[in-house]
Amino acid sequence: MPRVGEDLRKYLRVEMLPNVWCPGCGHGNVARGIAAALDDLQLPLEQLVMVGGIGCSGRTPFYFNASAMHTTHGRALAFATGIKLAKPELTIIVTMGDGDAAAIGGNHFIHACRRNIDLTAIVYNNSTYGMTGGQHAPTAPRGTRSSTTPRGSIEPPFDMVELALGAGATYVARTTTFDFEELPRRIAEAVRHPGFAVVEVLTQCPTFYGRMNGLGDAAAMLDYERDQTASCERITKEDLVGKLPLGVFRQAECPEYVREYAALCAASRGEGGQA
Amino acid sequence: MRPMRLIQGNEACALGAIRAGCSFYAGYPITPASEIMEWMARLLPPRGGVFLQMEDEIAALGAVIGASWAGAKAMTATSGPGFSLMQEHIGYAAMTETPCVIVDSQRGGPSTGMPTLPSQGDVMQARWGTHGDRPAIVLTASSVRDTYEVTVAAFNLSETYRLPVVLLLDAILSHMRENVELPELEVVDRARPDAPEGFQPFAGQEFLPFGAGANVVVTGLAHAESGRPRSSDGVNLERMLRRSLDRLAADAELISRYRTYRAEDARHLILAYGITARAARAAVDRLRSDGIRAGLLELQTLWPFPERLVAELASRVEQLIVPELNLGQLVWPVRAAVAGAAPVRALNRADGRLFSPPEIAAAVAEQEVAHAAGR
Repeated sequence: MPRVGEDLRKYLRVEMLPNVWCPGCGHGNVARGIAAALDDLQLPLEQLVMVGGIGCSGRTPFYFNASAMHTTHGRALAFATGIKLAKPELTIIVTMGDGDAAAIGGNHFIHACRRNIDLTAIVYNNSTYGMTGGQHAPTAPRGTRSSTTPRGSIEPPFDMVELALGAGATYVARTTTFDFEELPRRIAEAVRHPGFAVVEVLTQCPTFYGRMNGLGDAAAMLDYERDQTASCERITKEDLVGKLPLGVFRQAECPEYVREYAALCAASRGEGGQA
Repeated sequence: MRPMRLIQGNEACALGAIRAGCSFYAGYPITPASEIMEWMARLLPPRGGVFLQMEDEIAALGAVIGASWAGAKAMTATSGPGFSLMQEHIGYAAMTETPCVIVDSQRGGPSTGMPTLPSQGDVMQARWGTHGDRPAIVLTASSVRDTYEVTVAAFNLSETYRLPVVLLLDAILSHMRENVELPELEVVDRARPDAPEGFQPFAGQEFLPFGAGANVVVTGLAHAESGRPRSSDGVNLERMLRRSLDRLAADAELISRYRTYRAEDARHLILAYGITARAARAAVDRLRSDGIRAGLLELQTLWPFPERLVAELASRVEQLIVPELNLGQLVWPVRAAVAGAAPVRALNRADGRLFSPPEIAAAVAEQEVAHAAGR
């Protein structure tokens, strides 16, 4: 595992820097976590495709020294599914925001989980639509303020981990940008996992979510992430009250779609009718 | 001689796709296009191709575009409601210069409309349905055999021009069975660069898929030839769009597929396409036997619209009749191309029924009478 300050630049498409993210944004922390995970994985970068949705998180693929597909809002997983099935030797990491994955792309998200196709989905959850100016997101807790919930949200939020578990993802983890050592470890585990892997990363948006909800600057928001969460491995009832559990919630080997499809093809040789 | 086969339009479409080298199909079931998907589910796995049923039509075209960037010839098929959903990704495929084929078996609309009845109501949507300007190739067919051939042509054109190509069928053609001999057809594959080093993925027609020796950047944002986003550079975007549009305009005659029937000395030209062209052809014979010099121009390429061809034929006739199973769509570019050189008359129905030959013949004859009386 790389130490802080170790040079991860070789994983980055440096000519694309500086990135679009605001000062203090947690997405840079997630990107650093991906780079550290790649350093751990030692994958051939020419066989890596990073697929992004639309929003701040969707820009991540541009900054990596790999092939990049910046797709449409919410639908990155549909593109990734096509790439993976057409060329299974490629490794695919999908970066999505919470609006991307849970709102406009909710249908694609649950079906990718259900298929258990060998992709890694990193859901950057900052509880807001950052790129469009801080509107309410379906992951934002009840009562929180945003530019479209100026009097506080009256909606219950989605829990991305519960959603992924319910939909059938076979690796499901949650971590935060505060947990900068755990973050790359979870991403590396997810990429190694032979099936559909979801890593939800709680990430700070001081520009909108933090400001509109009085959470302070980026450093204060990292402390807030720490205080609002607890590891599911060391959890007690007292720890859990009012907190979100972190850790790995499922890591199961189940039939994986690409392999199942290859087996179906092999079994069908000699059938299928004349063309 | 190749064997004759009794097959359905949708089956001919699937067989054409296989013939063209399609190795990836993703779709979502919908009447009247579902048999294309069912045939692909049968045909692709034994050939090592990928068949994938997605959660909706948006995802289906997304998967197709992803597969195309992984190097596969890929297609999807749908009908009006699904075609409406696909507009988002048709725009993405256009912006990212992605070869792929989208079949739309038209049914009565708008909305859920008349799922089992034919229509030609998606002609304008196929050209203009997604936001922004873009190059478009839209084809259609009027017989089961044509469906096979035009499906192959759709793949060839998409590979040549790096575009999403739309093939418009309809509920009748999709489900109609005809005895056909499937011809051997030429197949075109997308051009690959000589070497991946320094390749500019959006500088021309050459295409480098993911995992082929160079990292490729693809985005629906406006971008440079390198693929890197340039979303605030309108001059760059307009230049890129004009380059694609100019290439299609320059090759319009190569792209234009059509046939004429008894049009050489015609004074009344019926311009028809798709299933309607069959009735129009029979109407021409009926009119000729009544001594009326009618002819047919059947378009298989609707977009880019063959302006020069239509203008040239219009200059030799007394009038044009444009029958369509909609309330007037392709008649607009016809009128623009004819530019007043002859009267253009729209003949429309959107009641889910086909035109009969006598109906079209009567409309032409009525014109003939009115014209003679006015003289």
